Amino acid sequence: MVPTSYFIILSAILFVLGAFAFFVKRDLITQFLCIEVMLSAANLAFIAFAKSASSLDGQIFVIFIITVAAAEAAVGLAIILLVYKQKKTIKSEDMNLMKG
Amino acid sequence: MAHFIFFLLAIVSVGAVVAMIFSKNQAYSALFVILAFICLAGLFGLLDAPFIAVIQIIVYAGAIMILFLFVIMMINLDEGIPPEKKRWTLGLSFMIAGVLFIELIFALKGFLSPAKTAVEGSPGSPTDLGRLLFTKYLYPFEITSVLIIAALVGAMVLVKKKDEGKEED
Repeated sequence: MVPTSYFIILSAILFVLGAFAFFVKRDLITQFLCIEVMLSAANLAFIAFAKSASSLDGQIFVIFIITVAAAEAAVGLAIILLVYKQKKTIKSEDMNLMKG
Repeated sequence: MAHFIFFLLAIVSVGAVVAMIFSKNQAYSALFVILAFICLAGLFGLLDAPFIAVIQIIVYAGAIMILFLFVIMMINLDEGIPPEKKRWTLGLSFMIAGVLFIELIFALKGFLSPAKTAVEGSPGSPTDLGRLLFTKYLYPFEITSVLIIAALVGAMVLVKKKDEGKEED
């Protein structure tokens, strides 16, 4: 049996990689992908803890997280499309509309 | 055996995310993330969560990432695949089709012979999850449906064409 700590470590690695990529990458779509990777890493932690506590509540939370991710992807991608239509670019450093 | 599967899936998923970081092409980034999600689905299966594993593949690797790919295709309007890469993708698609065929054969073999593991009683089965979802987590479930509707309407309103003839519709 694989110990729970291995899964938690893998989840932490994936989360940190996602966060790192979020700051390194410069286009909105890849940054959005990084958010999805981080959400998935959180899902892995939830399911690993659900297994170690032998309860199903963690799995229910993962279902909710996936639902929220789907909603977020729909709205976020619509916003990205809108930004592209207006500015003809999706580079995040070109988003300076709110700069004082 | 479980250790081997865990380390294989862990290395592939971490490698896919690292490849996503280094890839310049957004479409390739999305494909690498799909690979990472499929590996994560395998890990979920390893953790006695078969239903979540299937959800992960269908909803995450399927629906959400395809949405990403569509948006990438709508935004990246430059050149297509160069001809020297086309042959390579042809070989790759043959390989993927072959793997899928073998997998389907295995799945059908399992269908024809009586199932060894009962889905009903195993932990993390859809039955237990559904029961929990509609009893203890009924309110969050209903709130989620409102959230989905709001996101759907929001996305449609956002990308709606704002033309001058607004009084016509």
